[in-house]
Amino acid sequence: MISLSNWLGRQIFEFLESTGRTAQLLFQTLIQLRRINIRHVIYQMAHLGVDTMPIVFMMIVFTGMVMVWQATPALSRAGAQSTTGGLVALAMFRELGPVLSAVVLAGRVGAAITAEIGSMKVTEQIDALRVMATDPIAYLVVPRFVACILMTPMVVTFANVMGIAGGFMVATTYTDVGPYSFIYSIETFTEFADFTGGLIKSMFFGGIVAIVGCLKGMGAKEGAEGVGQATTSSVVTSIVWIFVVNYFLSTWLYR
Amino acid sequence: MELINEIAETKPEVMIELKNVSMSFKDRRILDDVSFQVRTGETMVVIGPSGAGKSTLLRLMIGLLKPTSGQILVEGRDITRLKETELNLIRRNMGMVFQYSALFDSMTVGENIAFGIRQHTDMSEEKILSVIRRTLRMVGMMGRENVMPSELSGGMKKRVSLARAIALNPKIVLYDEPTSGLDPVMSTTINRLIMSTRRILGVTAVVVTHDMDSAFTIADRIAMMYDEKIIEIATPDEFRESKNPIVRQFISGVRNNCIPVRRRASEG
Repeated sequence: MISLSNWLGRQIFEFLESTGRTAQLLFQTLIQLRRINIRHVIYQMAHLGVDTMPIVFMMIVFTGMVMVWQATPALSRAGAQSTTGGLVALAMFRELGPVLSAVVLAGRVGAAITAEIGSMKVTEQIDALRVMATDPIAYLVVPRFVACILMTPMVVTFANVMGIAGGFMVATTYTDVGPYSFIYSIETFTEFADFTGGLIKSMFFGGIVAIVGCLKGMGAKEGAEGVGQATTSSVVTSIVWIFVVNYFLSTWLYR
Repeated sequence: MELINEIAETKPEVMIELKNVSMSFKDRRILDDVSFQVRTGETMVVIGPSGAGKSTLLRLMIGLLKPTSGQILVEGRDITRLKETELNLIRRNMGMVFQYSALFDSMTVGENIAFGIRQHTDMSEEKILSVIRRTLRMVGMMGRENVMPSELSGGMKKRVSLARAIALNPKIVLYDEPTSGLDPVMSTTINRLIMSTRRILGVTAVVVTHDMDSAFTIADRIAMMYDEKIIEIATPDEFRESKNPIVRQFISGVRNNCIPVRRRASEG
């Protein structure tokens, strides 16, 4: 019983410590934003965003397709199959587009950031930056943070389009929902705020992936094993934070 | 800017001074009340067994670590009290050669050398290229500016690391185990480079090593660390004649009861 309470206490303590360090890094990053290097941001955007697109597209297209496949029979029973397009678009804009893209981003970009910064940490390259009077947060974290915040909405926009296109293909090929009905229901059921709300959420998710990725990388312990553990921890932590923050952002944005 | 001007105008006799510096990680004591001075223009070599706190000493001198207590004066300024931004102004006059070189592996050799210049000056690309070529010539690596660090041997990486450290004409260069893991010929090359860097640029150098040949070759004075303290500081000749049994044992490399065999989690 005592060991259980010890374990629980330690977990709570570690969670609070980790949250505190994340908040501290976020604060320091926001302060260093004034020393932003646009060239580095563009490089990171190309590096991080372009690499993610193919995986996001594959995942989201099939998500759109399976949604229609699963939803249409149920909607048909209520005589509401004409709302399929609206349902898919609403789900894509508000939740699936931003959240699924962010999860892929955490796995692909977050892991890459942690592995890169983690290997720099264990080979003393971060110390070398400091010795050369260069702030590692300004040099390493800020460009990745800004690139993720700017790139994620772009990825999500394309993901939304591709997800709806996937749904459209299945709806018009395998169900009796016509193309006009599908598109008309999107116009009827969705508002511009649904789309912009998703983009706002995605910017927060991008920030989470970058900050957690950098924090875990900078905290990597010695050796290849340390970098591996940091990378795994980065992906898991980012995904958990994405889902938690998603709930609160959704309740704020879609009252 | 005022600080830079102030530093540039004064040429103190003592470049680095440690006053009663103690350092602990969690419950483990690394340095215990260490005090010594590094004079301007000299090469001070710090020797000692692994785990004695040598590398920690070097990291304290450049502000990578903060001591638990005590003062570290670099050109008369206590760096333990400075903020990171103020510390960066001091660091522009310092260079460091890391034990495993710590070259930026995503950049070419030339980009590594030019890193500090591009970060802190508005020098033209033409001039930067000439600095890269000049420093590479100094370390005997001409024409290697477009090579990636992964393509270099350990000795070459050390030489590029030295070229990077001296690119901004620092007043102080710190060397962490510059000859460890190198063959004897390459060790001699690195020793010569350390001496020529001092001769040509007039830098003050602090070298951490446990290579005694290297220490006797390059040092103006040698400090020996043992049991978290500096136990002896002397010129190489005085050091050879030392009566201290621990020093004698370390120089001869013969195992007896003075230095107990022990293992530590971190390197010295």
